[in-house]
Amino acid sequence: MKLARFGLALTGLSFGLLAAVYVRALAFTPVERFQGPAQKIFYIHVPAAVWTELAMVLVGLAGIFYLFLKDPRLDRFAEASAEVGAAFGTVVLTTGPIWGKPVWGTWWTWDARLTLTLLLFLVLVGYLILRGAVADPGMRARYSAVLGICGLVLVPFVHLSVYLFRTLHPQPIVLKPSAPSLPGEMLVTLLFSFGVFTLLYVGLVTQRVALARLREERAGLTETGGAPHA
Amino acid sequence: MPEVLRQAWALARKDLLIEFRSRTAFLSAAVFTVLVLLVFNFGRDPTAVAAVDLAPSVLWVTFTFAAMLALNRAFQLELENQALDGLLLSPASRTSLYFGKLLANLVFVAVIEAIGLPLFVLFFNVSLGRALAPLAGVLALATVGFVAVGTLFSAMVVRTRFAELMLPMLLLPFLLPPLIGAVQVTGKLLAGRPLSEAAGWLKLLAAYDIAFVTVATLLFPYTVEE
Amino acid sequence: MLRAEGLRHAFGPARALDDISFALTAGRTLVVFGPNGAGKTTLLRVLAGLIKPQGGRVYLEGGRRAVGWIGHHAHLYGHLTVMENLRFWGGLYGLSRDEAAARAEGLLARLGLADRAGQAVRTLSRGQLQRAAIARALLHDPSVLLLDEPFTGLDLAAAAEFRRLLAGLAGRGRVLVMATHNVEEGVELASDVAFQLNGRFVRLEPRGDRTAAEIAEAYRRAVTGA
Repeated sequence: MKLARFGLALTGLSFGLLAAVYVRALAFTPVERFQGPAQKIFYIHVPAAVWTELAMVLVGLAGIFYLFLKDPRLDRFAEASAEVGAAFGTVVLTTGPIWGKPVWGTWWTWDARLTLTLLLFLVLVGYLILRGAVADPGMRARYSAVLGICGLVLVPFVHLSVYLFRTLHPQPIVLKPSAPSLPGEMLVTLLFSFGVFTLLYVGLVTQRVALARLREERAGLTETGGAPHA
Repeated sequence: MPEVLRQAWALARKDLLIEFRSRTAFLSAAVFTVLVLLVFNFGRDPTAVAAVDLAPSVLWVTFTFAAMLALNRAFQLELENQALDGLLLSPASRTSLYFGKLLANLVFVAVIEAIGLPLFVLFFNVSLGRALAPLAGVLALATVGFVAVGTLFSAMVVRTRFAELMLPMLLLPFLLPPLIGAVQVTGKLLAGRPLSEAAGWLKLLAAYDIAFVTVATLLFPYTVEE
Repeated sequence: MLRAEGLRHAFGPARALDDISFALTAGRTLVVFGPNGAGKTTLLRVLAGLIKPQGGRVYLEGGRRAVGWIGHHAHLYGHLTVMENLRFWGGLYGLSRDEAAARAEGLLARLGLADRAGQAVRTLSRGQLQRAAIARALLHDPSVLLLDEPFTGLDLAAAAEFRRLLAGLAGRGRVLVMATHNVEEGVELASDVAFQLNGRFVRLEPRGDRTAAEIAEAYRRAVTGA
């Protein structure tokens, strides 16, 4: 219960801070010259995209450790991370077209970066559906770990394809060999927002893990109570 | 021959013998290939899109779906009389079990591709000419990646509900990077460009094969162990 | 040759194995009696290495190669003939083609199935399938034989012949563990008797010279708790 309350508090805090990000983005960060106000969506879009991918990576890492340690906590974490990742993916895939319409002149384009976020999103959704299709908890945890690890291995190939495919997408502006090309003010807002999304991820995952634990405890209680000698 | 390969070969031979006896899988996959090619041909507006522009995509979509059929049956046939338990009880290692399935699936898909490719050339009026040998290479490169991941996933989904739906849903996102690569390379080949123009994609395909054959070999035991 | 130490396993809250230990030397036959759901099948699957127990250990001389298994499923492929199946399984156990064929012919003749060797497994009757499964399990001359309700589907004559076969194996120093809910079926072969209830061995002892009727009575009392 303590864990759930901690997660809830953290989530609440991050939503508050997210509002602060937007106050800063709208009032105190300059408007981008070419894209206009539409660029403001970037402060949600990019951190959410980064965390969708990090969520996938963490699902895979949790899978590796699960297969060695067989600790059910790792499996609960992986499930939570996949759910939060899928939610963030939804944010990316909604904000992308909203930004794309005024700037690119089209809602959806088969741009490589957008396509590949869609891909990670589909892997995460597939992961969650697979979990729903396996009844035995041990088997579910093993299968999810296997799929999660494959997802982790897929991530670099997703990136390779991005660079090889002709892309309309803005090129990386923060993490690239030369100095960041984003104006200082915007970079600060972006980093602030990224920090907030990190808190949001931790808060949501914590709540989700606590929920999974409570659910398992309840299932254990009713089963042992109902059928003393199966 | 090392023990692992000997056992893998015994398993693959057994699978292919069963396919040969039952024939349904081979036949349905071949007919399916023809039908997909047909649907594609009539699904395009011939005045707007030239067949040759569409050709690389058609080829790869057809083979992707045909491979899916093959992969779905790979572990299905081990469910009869719970033969899979028998395999797990036997001294055959999990690795040879995976290699055996991988090998049988590769042969199965290769046969479908060998049937599909001439039909594709015929229906879409493509002239392969000197592109045939490099195209066969690209087919092999992409197919190994497809089948490596697919064999692993089919071992999992066979014991879940809605296995036939589950496999394409899980597998297709994984097939997209090699699929994009294969389509790009095929496009270059059909346009008569040299293979060196697509070197980046070829490297991606090769890296994908190496990565996923390795990962799948390591992970496979966890999909069958209790 | 076969030793179990403190085996524990549970499926969720249901205890299938609860601190089970025993040791069997060459030539011993342990018959485990228990009602459905007592965990007998789980015990055999753990002994065979199909399930890793959550607690305890199994010591089995010779590993997987030494185990023969007759369970609820035949582990045979319907599209292949009986002989093709046996050759395949023999190969997995390291038998050469000729060795496997020779052993298979001998076993099929003994089990009255010689005239079915060239017939596809899917066309066999229930009893014939069970006899083919027995031949499969004995093909590699296992030193430890695990039997889960092995008489299911056999008619009286076949059951009697199978019982003679098993007695012969025990006489040649093989270890047998048989699980059954039917006292009459198994007791004749038993050198040791165990009653398994709710995952526990409530009783484990040498049979001594007790008659089938005495053991049946003891079992009835153990099950009803009288």
